[in-house]
Amino acid sequence: MSEIIILLISAILVNNFVLVQFLGLCPFMGSSNKIETAIGMSAATTFVLTLASMVSYLVYQYLLIPLDITWLRTIAFIVVIAALVNFTEILMLKTSPLLHKVLGIFLPLITTNCAVLGVALLNINAGNSFVESAFYGFGAALGFSLVLVLFAALREKLSLADVPAPFQGPSIAMITAALMSLAFMGFTGLV
Amino acid sequence: MMTSMNKKLKNISAQALWQNNPALVQLLGLCPLLAVSSSVVNALGLALVTTLVLIFSNLMVSLIRHQITAAIRLPVFVLIIASFVTCAELLMQAYAYSLYLSIGIFIPLIVTNCAILGRAVTFAANNSPLISAFDGLMMGLGFSSVLILLGALREIFGTGKLFANLDILLPMATNLEITILPNYPGFLFALLPPGAFLFMGLLLALKNFIDQQIVEKNIKNLSPNPSSSSLAEDIS
Repeated sequence: MSEIIILLISAILVNNFVLVQFLGLCPFMGSSNKIETAIGMSAATTFVLTLASMVSYLVYQYLLIPLDITWLRTIAFIVVIAALVNFTEILMLKTSPLLHKVLGIFLPLITTNCAVLGVALLNINAGNSFVESAFYGFGAALGFSLVLVLFAALREKLSLADVPAPFQGPSIAMITAALMSLAFMGFTGLV
Repeated sequence: MMTSMNKKLKNISAQALWQNNPALVQLLGLCPLLAVSSSVVNALGLALVTTLVLIFSNLMVSLIRHQITAAIRLPVFVLIIASFVTCAELLMQAYAYSLYLSIGIFIPLIVTNCAILGRAVTFAANNSPLISAFDGLMMGLGFSSVLILLGALREIFGTGKLFANLDILLPMATNLEITILPNYPGFLFALLPPGAFLFMGLLLALKNFIDQQIVEKNIKNLSPNPSSSSLAEDIS
């Protein structure tokens, strides 16, 4: 149990996926202009990321290793992720059209979120078990969500600030992210 | 015919290298850009692989563009890119293993570099093979130049040196390490993740600044005689 908690803290704070490992930066910069968008993106990503890390573990252990085709893992994982995203979209449309309306537009973007493929590959490299893989994926998604929502809140304030002309837009966002990343460096050594 | 072709190629190059640069303007492929730019060697390695994958995926997508219907377009493109990335991964394991270890997870993650999928969808799916391959080359160079520049900046500010460990990319290039700042104590911040964000922010600001200067210069050239400019001031 304590191992799981350490794994979660490590994935959320110490090795935060966005600010320390640079995974999932495209949605981090792209959908952080408004807090509502950020929350929607976070919820959709959390769902897909947790599911994808579990399914890709199963595919790797019970399909790729027995057939001795582990070198196909990149292709296999991207197919798994794309299929999962599609599956989630259909499931949402059938069970909860309201949820689909809110989260639907974010789903196609998740396929190209490198955090999802990254977690699948990191799980394999670290030799995590099925339960560990699931929690690592969940922790990674929580860390992504935390940083995305915080960053969106900062950017909403920042849009009112008087920023020098060349720094407006993505430039000041990057520098804000640098300060946030500096703050997250403080968690180094926590676990 | 020849001149229109030249014009088109020139336009593609200008778009890719400056006006529509995948890294500086479209902000695509940020993850590898920031993660791998802690040294020039890693940056060069990833730049090379990304450019090659871009050229081949654009060429392939363009070759089969008439056979693919809109419904299955995206999955097919992603699979094409993933195949080329796997080829690159296997080649690197065979011929540049220490570089492969040094870049690590970001080699397979080239698959999710949105810049590559973006070019396949917006350009290669609507253009002939040779033009698409050229576009891939230029977009790759546009991405690479930013990646290498960021890598060089971070390595100089972080360690005071340039081209350290170049031999893991080019086996014959031993001892090409250049000391830019002698007796430099080192500045760890530039090598850590926050430094990557900060230097990228500064590069984006520099690009905006240069663009503003160009616009101002053009406005001055358009109204050379003082009477018209004073007229403009009156109106405003």
